[in-house]
Amino acid sequence: MAGATDLLVHWPIRPEAQDKTYLDLSAISELRPFRWTDVSLHIGALTTYWDILRDPQTRAEFPLLHEAARQVGAIQIQSRGTWAGNIANGSPAADGVPVLLAYDASVVLTSMAGSREIPLREYYTGYRNSVRRSDELITSIILPRRRYDFSVFHKVGARRAQAITKVGIAVTREAGARAANPWRVVASSVAATVRRCPAIEAFLASGALVRVPSDFFASIDADIRPIDDIRSTASYRRTVLARLLYHSLRGVSATVV
Amino acid sequence: MNSNAAHKPVCAESDAITIAFTLNGKSHTAKVAPGERLLDTLRYGLALTGTKEGCGEGECGACTVLLDGLPANSCLVPAFQVRGRDVRTIESIPAERLGPLLESGATQCGACTPGVVMTAAWIRDHRSELQSFTTRALMAGNLCRCTGYDGIIDGLERWIASESGGRS
Repeated sequence: MAGATDLLVHWPIRPEAQDKTYLDLSAISELRPFRWTDVSLHIGALTTYWDILRDPQTRAEFPLLHEAARQVGAIQIQSRGTWAGNIANGSPAADGVPVLLAYDASVVLTSMAGSREIPLREYYTGYRNSVRRSDELITSIILPRRRYDFSVFHKVGARRAQAITKVGIAVTREAGARAANPWRVVASSVAATVRRCPAIEAFLASGALVRVPSDFFASIDADIRPIDDIRSTASYRRTVLARLLYHSLRGVSATVV
Repeated sequence: MNSNAAHKPVCAESDAITIAFTLNGKSHTAKVAPGERLLDTLRYGLALTGTKEGCGEGECGACTVLLDGLPANSCLVPAFQVRGRDVRTIESIPAERLGPLLESGATQCGACTPGVVMTAAWIRDHRSELQSFTTRALMAGNLCRCTGYDGIIDGLERWIASESGGRS
Protein backbone atom coordinates (compact mmCIF):
# COMPACT_ATOMS: atom_id res chain seq x y z
CA MET A 1 0.00 0.00 0.00
CA ALA A 2 1.04 3.57 -0.65
CA GLY A 3 -1.50 6.37 -0.07
CA ALA A 4 -4.19 3.83 0.92
CA THR A 5 -6.98 6.10 -0.35
CA ASP A 6 -8.75 3.26 -2.16
CA LEU A 7 -7.83 0.55 0.32
CA LEU A 8 -9.15 2.23 3.46
CA VAL A 9 -12.55 3.17 2.07
CA HIS A 10 -13.91 -0.20 3.19
CA TRP A 11 -11.20 -0.86 5.72
CA PRO A 12 -11.09 -3.13 7.66
CA ILE A 13 -14.64 -4.34 7.36
CA ARG A 14 -14.31 -5.76 3.85
CA PRO A 15 -14.09 -9.46 4.72
CA GLU A 16 -11.59 -10.54 2.09
CA ALA A 17 -9.16 -7.89 3.30
CA GLN A 18 -8.75 -9.74 6.59
CA ASP A 19 -6.99 -12.63 4.89
CA LYS A 20 -4.56 -10.59 2.88
CA THR A 21 -1.11 -9.40 3.72
CA TYR A 22 -0.39 -5.79 2.89
CA LEU A 23 3.07 -4.37 2.44
CA ASP A 24 3.53 -0.72 3.30
CA LEU A 25 5.74 1.06 0.76
CA SER A 26 5.32 4.57 2.10
CA ALA A 27 8.78 4.87 3.67
CA ILE A 28 10.79 3.65 0.66
CA SER A 29 12.41 6.87 -0.50
CA GLU A 30 13.72 5.30 -3.73
CA LEU A 31 10.12 5.18 -4.97
CA ARG A 32 9.53 8.92 -4.75
CA PRO A 33 8.73 11.07 -6.49
CA PHE A 34 9.80 11.52 -10.18
CA ARG A 35 12.79 12.26 -12.39
CA TRP A 36 13.45 13.32 -15.97
CA THR A 37 15.77 11.86 -18.57
CA ASP A 38 16.34 13.22 -22.08
CA VAL A 39 13.66 10.95 -23.47
CA SER A 40 11.25 10.22 -20.65
CA LEU A 41 9.59 11.14 -17.37
CA HIS A 42 9.87 8.46 -14.67
CA ILE A 43 7.07 8.71 -12.13
CA GLY A 44 8.09 6.81 -8.99
CA ALA A 45 5.52 4.54 -7.42
CA LEU A 46 5.00 6.89 -4.46
CA THR A 47 4.48 10.01 -6.59
CA THR A 48 1.19 11.60 -5.57
CA TYR A 49 -1.22 13.68 -7.61
CA TRP A 50 -0.12 16.69 -5.60
CA ASP A 51 3.57 16.05 -6.37
CA ILE A 52 2.67 16.47 -10.05
CA LEU A 53 0.23 19.35 -9.52
CA ARG A 54 2.85 21.49 -7.83
CA ASP A 55 5.45 20.91 -10.57
CA PRO A 56 5.53 23.45 -13.44
CA GLN A 57 7.61 21.30 -15.80
CA THR A 58 5.15 18.43 -15.88
CA ARG A 59 2.36 20.93 -16.47
CA ALA A 60 4.20 22.32 -19.50
CA GLU A 61 5.06 18.96 -21.03
CA PHE A 62 2.24 16.69 -19.88
CA PRO A 63 -0.72 19.01 -19.24
CA LEU A 64 -3.22 16.16 -19.06
CA LEU A 65 -1.50 14.90 -15.89
CA HIS A 66 -2.53 18.18 -14.30
CA GLU A 67 -6.03 18.12 -15.77
CA ALA A 68 -6.61 14.66 -14.34
CA ALA A 69 -4.91 15.26 -10.99
CA ARG A 70 -7.07 18.31 -10.35
CA GLN A 71 -10.13 16.13 -10.72
CA VAL A 72 -9.08 13.26 -8.48
CA GLY A 73 -11.07 14.09 -5.38
CA ALA A 74 -9.70 17.24 -3.75
CA ILE A 75 -6.47 18.09 -1.93
CA GLN A 76 -7.11 15.53 0.84
CA ILE A 77 -6.97 12.74 -1.78
CA GLN A 78 -4.46 14.42 -4.11
CA SER A 79 -1.95 14.68 -1.26
CA ARG A 80 -2.10 10.94 -0.57
CA GLY A 81 -3.22 9.13 -3.71
CA THR A 82 -0.51 7.90 -6.08
CA TRP A 83 -0.44 7.40 -9.85
CA ALA A 84 0.87 3.87 -9.40
CA GLY A 85 -1.90 3.14 -6.92
CA ASN A 86 -4.44 4.31 -9.48
CA ILE A 87 -3.04 1.72 -11.90
CA ALA A 88 -2.83 -1.02 -9.24
CA ASN A 89 -6.38 -0.45 -7.99
CA GLY A 90 -7.56 -1.19 -11.52
CA SER A 91 -10.87 0.66 -11.44
CA PRO A 92 -12.46 1.20 -14.86
CA ALA A 93 -13.44 4.65 -13.52
CA ALA A 94 -9.85 5.65 -12.71
CA ASP A 95 -8.93 9.24 -13.58
CA GLY A 96 -5.14 8.94 -13.61
CA VAL A 97 -4.93 5.87 -15.85
CA PRO A 98 -6.62 7.46 -18.92
CA VAL A 99 -4.11 10.28 -19.21
CA LEU A 100 -1.17 7.93 -18.63
CA LEU A 101 -2.50 5.77 -21.49
CA ALA A 102 -2.97 8.83 -23.69
CA TYR A 103 0.74 9.57 -23.18
CA ASP A 104 1.66 5.97 -24.07
CA ALA A 105 2.98 5.15 -20.59
CA SER A 106 4.80 1.97 -19.58
CA VAL A 107 4.69 0.31 -16.18
CA VAL A 108 7.86 -0.99 -14.53
CA LEU A 109 7.16 -4.16 -12.55
CA THR A 110 9.87 -5.26 -10.16
CA SER A 111 10.34 -8.49 -8.23
CA MET A 112 13.24 -10.33 -6.64
CA ALA A 113 13.82 -11.82 -10.10
CA GLY A 114 14.34 -8.41 -11.72
CA SER A 115 12.36 -5.76 -13.56
CA ARG A 116 10.24 -5.72 -16.67
CA GLU A 117 8.61 -2.88 -18.53
CA ILE A 118 5.06 -3.42 -19.79
CA PRO A 119 3.14 -0.97 -22.00
CA LEU A 120 0.20 0.26 -19.92
CA ARG A 121 -2.14 -0.57 -22.82
CA GLU A 122 -1.20 -4.24 -22.33
CA TYR A 123 -1.32 -4.15 -18.52
CA TYR A 124 -4.97 -4.99 -17.86
CA THR A 125 -6.35 -8.41 -18.70
CA GLY A 126 -9.88 -7.85 -17.38
CA TYR A 127 -11.90 -6.21 -14.63
CA ARG A 128 -9.37 -5.44 -11.87
CA ASN A 129 -7.03 -8.03 -13.36
CA SER A 130 -3.61 -7.40 -14.78
CA VAL A 131 -0.41 -9.05 -15.97
CA ARG A 132 1.25 -8.15 -12.64
CA ARG A 133 2.34 -11.25 -10.76
CA SER A 134 1.73 -11.44 -7.02
CA ASP A 135 5.48 -11.14 -6.34
CA GLU A 136 5.79 -7.96 -8.41
CA LEU A 137 5.46 -4.33 -7.38
CA ILE A 138 4.80 -1.38 -9.63
CA THR A 139 7.99 0.60 -9.02
CA SER A 140 7.61 3.32 -11.63
CA ILE A 141 5.68 4.64 -14.59
CA ILE A 142 7.56 5.83 -17.67
CA LEU A 143 6.18 8.50 -20.01
CA PRO A 144 8.04 9.05 -23.28
CA ARG A 145 8.72 12.75 -23.95
CA ARG A 146 7.04 13.52 -27.26
CA ARG A 147 5.53 16.60 -28.81
CA TYR A 148 1.77 16.86 -28.87
CA ASP A 149 -0.22 19.48 -30.75
CA PHE A 150 -3.50 18.61 -29.09
CA SER A 151 -4.61 17.00 -25.85
CA VAL A 152 -7.82 16.91 -23.89
CA PHE A 153 -9.18 15.23 -20.77
CA HIS A 154 -12.84 15.22 -19.82
CA LYS A 155 -14.54 13.60 -16.89
CA VAL A 156 -18.31 13.46 -16.53
CA GLY A 157 -19.53 12.80 -13.00
CA ALA A 158 -22.61 13.56 -10.96
CA ARG A 159 -21.06 16.89 -9.98
CA ARG A 160 -17.84 18.73 -10.68
CA ALA A 161 -15.90 17.89 -7.52
CA GLN A 162 -15.59 14.70 -5.50
CA ALA A 163 -17.40 12.51 -8.00
CA ILE A 164 -16.66 9.13 -9.52
CA THR A 165 -16.48 9.17 -13.30
CA LYS A 166 -19.52 8.03 -15.33
CA VAL A 167 -17.78 8.58 -18.65
CA GLY A 168 -14.30 9.94 -19.29
CA ILE A 169 -11.99 10.56 -22.22
CA ALA A 170 -8.34 11.41 -22.68
CA VAL A 171 -7.17 12.19 -26.22
CA THR A 172 -3.77 13.22 -27.55
CA ARG A 173 -2.48 13.94 -31.05
CA GLU A 174 1.22 13.59 -31.55
CA ALA A 175 2.98 16.30 -33.53
CA GLY A 176 5.28 15.35 -36.40
CA ALA A 177 5.28 12.18 -38.45
CA ARG A 178 6.76 9.69 -35.98
CA ALA A 179 3.67 7.54 -35.81
CA ALA A 180 1.45 6.29 -38.62
CA ASN A 181 -1.58 7.41 -36.63
CA PRO A 182 -0.99 10.43 -34.39
CA TRP A 183 -4.21 9.96 -32.37
CA ARG A 184 -4.47 8.26 -29.01
CA VAL A 185 -7.97 7.92 -27.67
CA VAL A 186 -8.69 6.53 -24.21
CA ALA A 187 -12.10 5.99 -22.62
CA SER A 188 -12.92 5.34 -18.97
CA SER A 189 -15.95 3.91 -17.18
CA VAL A 190 -17.25 2.41 -20.41
CA ALA A 191 -15.66 -1.06 -20.29
CA ALA A 192 -14.23 -3.49 -17.75
CA THR A 193 -10.99 -1.52 -17.73
CA VAL A 194 -9.86 1.92 -18.78
CA ARG A 195 -9.01 1.31 -22.41
CA ARG A 196 -7.34 2.57 -25.55
CA CYS A 197 -9.80 2.82 -28.44
CA PRO A 198 -8.04 1.64 -31.65
CA ALA A 199 -11.22 1.73 -33.77
CA ILE A 200 -11.91 5.36 -32.86
CA GLU A 201 -8.25 6.21 -33.48
CA ALA A 202 -8.39 4.55 -36.92
CA PHE A 203 -11.68 6.29 -37.70
CA LEU A 204 -10.14 9.69 -36.89
CA ALA A 205 -7.16 8.93 -39.13
CA SER A 206 -9.32 7.56 -41.96
CA GLY A 207 -10.35 10.93 -43.31
CA ALA A 208 -14.06 10.10 -42.95
CA LEU A 209 -16.12 13.19 -42.18
CA VAL A 210 -17.80 13.37 -38.77
CA ARG A 211 -20.81 15.69 -38.92
CA VAL A 212 -22.74 14.66 -35.81
CA PRO A 213 -21.78 12.86 -32.58
CA SER A 214 -23.58 9.69 -33.66
CA ASP A 215 -21.09 9.29 -36.51
CA PHE A 216 -18.75 7.98 -33.79
CA PHE A 217 -21.13 5.16 -32.78
CA ALA A 218 -19.79 2.49 -35.15
CA SER A 219 -16.22 2.88 -33.90
CA ILE A 220 -17.34 3.36 -30.28
CA ASP A 221 -19.23 0.07 -30.47
CA ALA A 222 -16.15 -1.66 -31.84
CA ASP A 223 -14.00 -0.43 -28.94
CA ILE A 224 -16.07 -0.43 -25.77
CA ARG A 225 -18.86 -2.25 -23.99
CA PRO A 226 -20.54 0.01 -21.41
CA ILE A 227 -22.88 -1.41 -18.77
CA ASP A 228 -25.74 -0.24 -16.57
CA ASP A 229 -24.60 0.21 -12.99
CA ILE A 230 -25.20 2.23 -9.85
CA ARG A 231 -23.79 5.41 -11.40
CA SER A 232 -25.17 5.41 -14.94
CA THR A 233 -26.57 3.42 -17.86
CA ALA A 234 -24.93 1.88 -20.91
CA SER A 235 -27.04 4.04 -23.22
CA TYR A 236 -26.09 7.27 -21.42
CA ARG A 237 -22.42 6.36 -21.46
CA ARG A 238 -22.40 5.55 -25.19
CA THR A 239 -24.26 8.76 -26.06
CA VAL A 240 -22.14 10.99 -23.84
CA LEU A 241 -18.89 9.41 -25.05
CA ALA A 242 -19.86 10.26 -28.66
CA ARG A 243 -20.70 13.84 -27.65
CA LEU A 244 -17.49 14.27 -25.65
CA LEU A 245 -15.46 13.11 -28.62
CA TYR A 246 -17.38 15.24 -31.11
CA HIS A 247 -17.31 18.47 -29.13
CA SER A 248 -13.69 18.00 -28.03
CA LEU A 249 -12.43 17.34 -31.56
CA ARG A 250 -14.65 19.62 -33.60
CA GLY A 251 -12.42 22.14 -35.30
CA VAL A 252 -9.32 20.37 -33.96
CA SER A 253 -9.45 17.52 -36.44
CA ALA A 254 -10.14 18.67 -40.00
CA THR A 255 -12.54 15.78 -40.42
CA VAL A 256 -14.76 16.60 -37.41
CA VAL A 257 -17.00 19.41 -38.63
CA MET B 1 -21.25 6.22 8.12
CA ASN B 2 -19.16 3.15 8.82
CA SER B 3 -20.41 0.83 11.52
CA ASN B 4 -18.61 0.46 14.81
CA ALA B 5 -17.05 -2.68 13.43
CA ALA B 6 -14.56 -0.37 11.77
CA HIS B 7 -13.28 0.66 15.18
CA LYS B 8 -12.67 -2.83 16.47
CA PRO B 9 -8.99 -3.70 16.52
CA VAL B 10 -8.32 -6.43 13.98
CA CYS B 11 -5.30 -7.79 15.77
CA ALA B 12 -4.24 -9.21 19.06
CA GLU B 13 -2.73 -6.78 21.57
CA SER B 14 0.64 -8.39 20.90
CA ASP B 15 0.49 -7.28 17.24
CA ALA B 16 0.23 -3.62 18.20
CA ILE B 17 2.82 -1.32 16.66
CA THR B 18 4.43 1.43 18.70
CA ILE B 19 4.95 4.55 16.63
CA ALA B 20 6.64 7.85 17.42
CA PHE B 21 5.47 10.94 15.59
CA THR B 22 5.01 14.66 16.04
CA LEU B 23 1.52 15.69 17.05
CA ASN B 24 0.64 19.37 17.17
CA GLY B 25 4.28 20.25 17.61
CA LYS B 26 5.09 17.75 20.36
CA SER B 27 6.72 14.32 20.22
CA HIS B 28 4.26 11.53 20.82
CA THR B 29 4.26 7.78 20.95
CA ALA B 30 1.18 5.66 20.45
CA LYS B 31 0.39 1.96 20.29
CA VAL B 32 -1.69 1.25 17.24
CA ALA B 33 -3.24 -1.83 15.68
CA PRO B 34 -2.06 -2.60 12.13
CA GLY B 35 -5.56 -1.97 10.77
CA GLU B 36 -6.23 1.16 12.78
CA ARG B 37 -7.14 4.43 11.12
CA LEU B 38 -5.38 7.64 12.19
CA LEU B 39 -8.83 9.10 12.87
CA ASP B 40 -9.45 6.45 15.54
CA THR B 41 -5.99 6.84 17.05
CA LEU B 42 -6.65 10.55 17.46
CA ARG B 43 -10.19 10.29 18.77
CA TYR B 44 -10.14 7.10 20.82
CA GLY B 45 -6.46 6.57 21.57
CA LEU B 46 -5.42 10.15 22.26
CA ALA B 47 -8.83 11.66 23.17
CA LEU B 48 -8.40 14.43 20.58
CA THR B 49 -12.05 14.52 19.64
CA GLY B 50 -11.92 17.78 17.71
CA THR B 51 -11.36 15.79 14.53
CA LYS B 52 -14.76 14.48 13.42
CA GLU B 53 -15.84 11.41 11.49
CA GLY B 54 -18.34 12.14 8.76
CA CYS B 55 -18.55 9.65 5.92
CA GLY B 56 -15.60 7.45 6.88
CA GLU B 57 -14.72 6.98 3.21
CA GLY B 58 -12.78 10.02 2.14
CA GLU B 59 -15.60 12.06 0.62
CA CYS B 60 -16.60 14.67 3.18
CA GLY B 61 -13.36 16.01 4.65
CA ALA B 62 -14.72 16.33 8.22
CA CYS B 63 -11.72 14.34 9.47
CA THR B 64 -9.11 16.49 7.68
CA VAL B 65 -5.76 16.83 9.46
CA LEU B 66 -2.45 18.15 8.16
CA LEU B 67 0.01 15.34 7.50
CA ASP B 68 3.50 16.71 6.88
CA GLY B 69 1.76 20.01 6.21
CA LEU B 70 -0.74 18.78 3.61
CA PRO B 71 -4.47 18.18 4.18
CA ALA B 72 -5.36 14.47 4.40
CA ASN B 73 -8.51 12.57 5.34
CA SER B 74 -7.53 10.89 8.60
CA CYS B 75 -10.19 8.20 7.98
CA LEU B 76 -8.06 6.99 5.04
CA VAL B 77 -4.66 7.11 6.74
CA PRO B 78 -3.43 3.87 8.33
CA ALA B 79 -2.19 5.03 11.73
CA PHE B 80 1.15 3.22 11.42
CA GLN B 81 2.00 5.33 8.35
CA VAL B 82 2.42 8.47 10.48
CA ARG B 83 5.53 6.99 12.08
CA GLY B 84 8.18 9.72 12.05
CA ARG B 85 5.84 12.23 10.46
CA ASP B 86 4.18 15.48 11.47
CA VAL B 87 0.46 15.52 12.30
CA ARG B 88 -1.52 18.67 13.08
CA THR B 89 -5.12 18.58 14.22
CA ILE B 90 -7.76 21.20 14.93
CA GLU B 91 -6.55 21.26 18.55
CA SER B 92 -3.40 23.06 17.33
CA ILE B 93 -5.38 26.10 16.23
CA PRO B 94 -6.34 28.47 19.03
CA ALA B 95 -10.07 29.23 19.03
CA GLU B 96 -9.48 32.94 19.44
CA ARG B 97 -7.81 32.99 16.02
CA LEU B 98 -10.97 31.83 14.28
CA GLY B 99 -12.97 35.05 14.67
CA PRO B 100 -13.33 36.03 11.00
CA LEU B 101 -14.36 32.48 10.04
CA LEU B 102 -17.00 32.30 12.73
CA GLU B 103 -18.38 35.79 12.10
CA SER B 104 -19.00 35.14 8.40
CA GLY B 105 -21.49 32.35 8.79
CA ALA B 106 -18.83 29.77 7.95
CA THR B 107 -20.21 27.43 10.56
CA GLN B 108 -23.69 26.33 11.52
CA CYS B 109 -24.05 22.81 12.88
CA GLY B 110 -20.26 22.61 13.16
CA ALA B 111 -19.73 19.01 12.08
CA CYS B 112 -17.63 20.00 9.07
CA THR B 113 -15.93 22.95 10.77
CA PRO B 114 -12.78 21.27 12.15
CA GLY B 115 -11.98 19.88 8.72
CA VAL B 116 -12.83 23.16 7.02
CA VAL B 117 -10.49 25.02 9.37
CA MET B 118 -7.60 22.63 8.72
CA THR B 119 -7.89 22.96 4.94
CA ALA B 120 -8.33 26.72 5.35
CA ALA B 121 -5.20 26.90 7.50
CA TRP B 122 -3.22 25.14 4.77
CA ILE B 123 -4.54 27.54 2.12
CA ARG B 124 -3.78 30.53 4.35
CA ASP B 125 -0.18 29.40 4.87
CA HIS B 126 0.53 28.67 1.18
CA ARG B 127 -1.12 31.51 -0.70
CA SER B 128 1.64 32.11 -3.23
CA GLU B 129 2.10 28.43 -4.05
CA LEU B 130 -1.65 28.01 -4.57
CA GLN B 131 -2.28 30.99 -6.82
CA SER B 132 -3.36 28.90 -9.81
CA PHE B 133 -6.22 27.36 -7.82
CA THR B 134 -9.50 28.96 -6.83
CA THR B 135 -10.39 28.90 -3.15
CA ARG B 136 -13.53 26.96 -4.03
CA ALA B 137 -11.51 24.29 -5.84
CA LEU B 138 -9.11 23.99 -2.90
CA MET B 139 -12.05 23.66 -0.50
CA ALA B 140 -13.87 21.09 -2.68
CA GLY B 141 -12.89 18.25 -0.36
CA ASN B 142 -14.78 19.70 2.60
CA LEU B 143 -18.50 19.13 2.28
CA CYS B 144 -20.94 21.24 4.29
CA ARG B 145 -24.66 20.57 4.43
CA CYS B 146 -25.61 23.82 6.19
CA THR B 147 -23.94 26.95 4.92
CA GLY B 148 -24.24 26.79 1.16
CA TYR B 149 -20.47 27.44 1.14
CA ASP B 150 -20.61 31.21 0.59
CA GLY B 151 -20.08 31.80 4.31
CA ILE B 152 -17.11 29.45 4.32
CA ILE B 153 -15.47 31.10 1.32
CA ASP B 154 -16.15 34.63 2.63
CA GLY B 155 -14.90 33.71 6.09
CA LEU B 156 -11.77 32.11 4.68
CA GLU B 157 -10.97 35.18 2.58
CA ARG B 158 -11.41 37.42 5.64
CA TRP B 159 -9.38 35.10 7.80
CA ILE B 160 -6.52 35.14 5.31
CA ALA B 161 -6.72 38.94 5.02
CA SER B 162 -6.75 39.38 8.81
CA GLU B 163 -3.71 37.16 9.36
CA SER B 164 -1.92 38.16 6.15
CA GLY B 165 -0.17 34.82 5.82
CA GLY B 166 0.92 34.51 9.46
CA ARG B 167 1.03 31.09 11.05
CA SER B 168 -1.13 30.31 14.03
